[in-house]
Amino acid sequence: MDDKKGDGIRAGRLSPEQYAANFGDSHAPLNRVQALIEADRCYYCYDAPCINACPTGIDIPTFIQRIAQDNVRGAAKAILEENVLGGMCARVCPTEVLCEQACVRNTNEDKPVEIGLLQRYATDGYFAKPGAPLFTRAPSSGKRAAVVGAGPAGLAFAHRLAMLGHDVLMFDANPKAGGLNEYGIATYKTVGGFAQKEIDWLLSIGGIEVRCNQQLGRDFVLDDLVRDYGAVFLGMGLAGVNALGVAEPQAAGLRDAVRFIAELRQARDYSKVPIGRKVVVIGGGMTAVDAAVQSKKLGAEDVTIVYRRGEEAMSASDYEQDWAKRNGVTIKHWAAPKEVLAEGGQVRGMRFAYTRAENGKLVETGESFTLPADIVFKAIGQAFVAAPAGAGIALKDGRIVTDGEGRTSLAKVWAGGDCTYGGRDLTVEAVEHGKRAAISADRMLRS
Amino acid sequence: MADLTTSFVGIKSPNPFWLASAPPTDKEYNVQRAFEAGWGGAVWKTVGEDPPIVNVNGPRYAALLSQDRRVIGFNNIELISDRPLKVNLDEMRRVKRNWPDRAIVASLMVPCTEKDWRAILAKVEDTGCDGVELNFGCPHGMSERGMGSAVGQVPEYIEMVAAWCKQHTKLPVIVKLTPNITDIRQPARAAKKGGADAVSLINTISSIMGVDLDRMTMYPATDGRGSHGGYCGEAVKPIALNMVGEIARDKETRGLPISGIGGIKTWRDAAEFIALGAGNVQVCTAAMVYGFKIIKDMTDGLANFMDEKGYGTIADFHGKAVPTVADWQELNLNYVEKAVINQDLCIQCGRCHVVCEDTSHQAIFATQNGKRHFEVNDAECVGCNLCTSICPVTDCITMRVLKPGEIDARTGKPVPAGYGNWTTHPNNPMSKPA
Repeated sequence: MDDKKGDGIRAGRLSPEQYAANFGDSHAPLNRVQALIEADRCYYCYDAPCINACPTGIDIPTFIQRIAQDNVRGAAKAILEENVLGGMCARVCPTEVLCEQACVRNTNEDKPVEIGLLQRYATDGYFAKPGAPLFTRAPSSGKRAAVVGAGPAGLAFAHRLAMLGHDVLMFDANPKAGGLNEYGIATYKTVGGFAQKEIDWLLSIGGIEVRCNQQLGRDFVLDDLVRDYGAVFLGMGLAGVNALGVAEPQAAGLRDAVRFIAELRQARDYSKVPIGRKVVVIGGGMTAVDAAVQSKKLGAEDVTIVYRRGEEAMSASDYEQDWAKRNGVTIKHWAAPKEVLAEGGQVRGMRFAYTRAENGKLVETGESFTLPADIVFKAIGQAFVAAPAGAGIALKDGRIVTDGEGRTSLAKVWAGGDCTYGGRDLTVEAVEHGKRAAISADRMLRS
Repeated sequence: MADLTTSFVGIKSPNPFWLASAPPTDKEYNVQRAFEAGWGGAVWKTVGEDPPIVNVNGPRYAALLSQDRRVIGFNNIELISDRPLKVNLDEMRRVKRNWPDRAIVASLMVPCTEKDWRAILAKVEDTGCDGVELNFGCPHGMSERGMGSAVGQVPEYIEMVAAWCKQHTKLPVIVKLTPNITDIRQPARAAKKGGADAVSLINTISSIMGVDLDRMTMYPATDGRGSHGGYCGEAVKPIALNMVGEIARDKETRGLPISGIGGIKTWRDAAEFIALGAGNVQVCTAAMVYGFKIIKDMTDGLANFMDEKGYGTIADFHGKAVPTVADWQELNLNYVEKAVINQDLCIQCGRCHVVCEDTSHQAIFATQNGKRHFEVNDAECVGCNLCTSICPVTDCITMRVLKPGEIDARTGKPVPAGYGNWTTHPNNPMSKPA
């Protein structure tokens, strides 16, 4: 036992049973009884506020009514026709700030209908027994589109265009399609290989070819795509990781949280994934929470998220923050990274400066403290790597500018997802970007 | 503390709740448990002539369920007692002896001949029970053999059998009526003419609970075929209340004691039946759904209600609402209500708007200054109560009574003072001058 609790970065801190329990489904799905009772709570509102609160505009009262009528296939169709990745979104959407926040049940009961769990019930039920295809392709248009990045935005774009009768070729820099669905979401949110199963189903519509390990700027260039295809969609996400803003020594244990999360998602045996005894995560978003919680689940003894501002400024939702705390993560506010403490090529800790807000500006108080750490995860945001897209495309704050239809400044080029400017970098928003851009591109392809 | 004791056609019981003639009163064991739990009386499950009937050995019951499987309506195809008459009578005698303060009423069903009724009455009277209830109500099975509702649907038979019974027993005679008839007043009048001491109603309503869409068979079914059953439970309460109210206010049957039956599940249901003219009530489905213990909640709630309202006895509010039941033509057409939405309580579901827009009078606005906001348009509201009925929030939408002289925005005219009904309305071709 002592060995498993030992200092430093090491694997196998837990028993096989503990790994299995820690990386199982974090939130149990509803069974049929629970789903029927929960569905009955939906008031079937007129012009329902939850629909407007859903970035993809799913007709939520309709799919819930179909669950209540024991029509799971119909419910899934109502979801998937607006959000083709409705299965993953049911797992990862911060519903408490989207549909469920808008639920009128909040007013009297402070207890919205569990829309996210009902969506999962419907989509899981459908995927378990899909039957005849829900969506079929329109007669072929003879037109071709190219997609860069097979993440949620690109997949939604490709599926919609394929449905409308066009052929689509997708490129992705990673070995597997899925983008953040495959590499960026905490393991316990999408167990059982769900991300790839969902993509397999999505691609089963036909007309979509996926080429992995193909990176824009290295293996192909945008100009060629624009020349060879009727429409091009850019959905490359954020490939860069923001720096701490302090000296980052070459030391084992100073890591990007996104890489850690991706590695964990690809791990076949969690007991082989090393983790520190003491872990510090710097940042305030979902990535910070996912890295911190999964560190705990790998057996880290002390895990602290350090964020430079207060709780309300964290981009991780209240629900996510609670989730972190329930998993034994300490969240420390009002502290900014000052110095990575390393010794012999190994991280030993992190020194932080206390901060406070002065007239809205963040200032350091002059005092500091040190947290011992074997691993320091950087989770202070990702950045769009613009260079491969070429200098011609208009950016704002380092991301691609799009109009209401997802069109970029370049003719025949649409973009969506995290690489575009604006929004909250949510999966569900990326899906809507892809869907909207496909409708726009279809119109152009047919004109 | 309210006094719940009742005397119904001279039969005393510590509270107005009797178990209706049905499976819960099939035998000594059950009735014993019921009395231990606190039930005021029991109408023993209907007995008939030997040899006893036989029941199906498949599903006898089926339920209409809410999404979380609460029983809304209930259906049965069980026949009368399938045990020998003597067994039933011996048990009845024993229970009555052990529980002298509780009401024991024998429910009877025999073929429509005087000698059969006379014979069974003599045997029943010998048990020491408090009264008899003539089962003219069962709509399933026995009716095919000329009994149950087959009798209850022919007023002349009711009168005839009631008269035989009155002639051949000293016990009070209660006639149990079937609701499977167009005008409940006719059998009630017949019962009264025959000399019956009281009527009890309603028996169950003919019903098929559903269709198994995989097997394409009606449900419930016995070996692939089903037969209609009798429907009861809270879903039938409004039907029962109407029939009780009709008999209570009918000139010919006014004052005839009524034992109210049909979907009584709470003290409130019971109080409503009593207010509409029932002297006591009978319960079956609630016991079959929850067990006998629920009697404690019914009596406790009823006593608290009576204490709160200052009713010392059941008689103090018995029939109190009967005068408010009228014919439509007697309703005051000068009276005007408008719906009012309490914006502090409104949760913005918008259901009032869409149902009014789609199915009624287009009298609820969905927006105000371009924002989601639900408000009644008095210029279109006819006071129909649809929005109030479907609003998910209690008291969020209420009805406001317009005062005489106040302008009705819908008609542009002042609300007339005084009473004016259809019989004097100018649109009525048959109108008579007021």
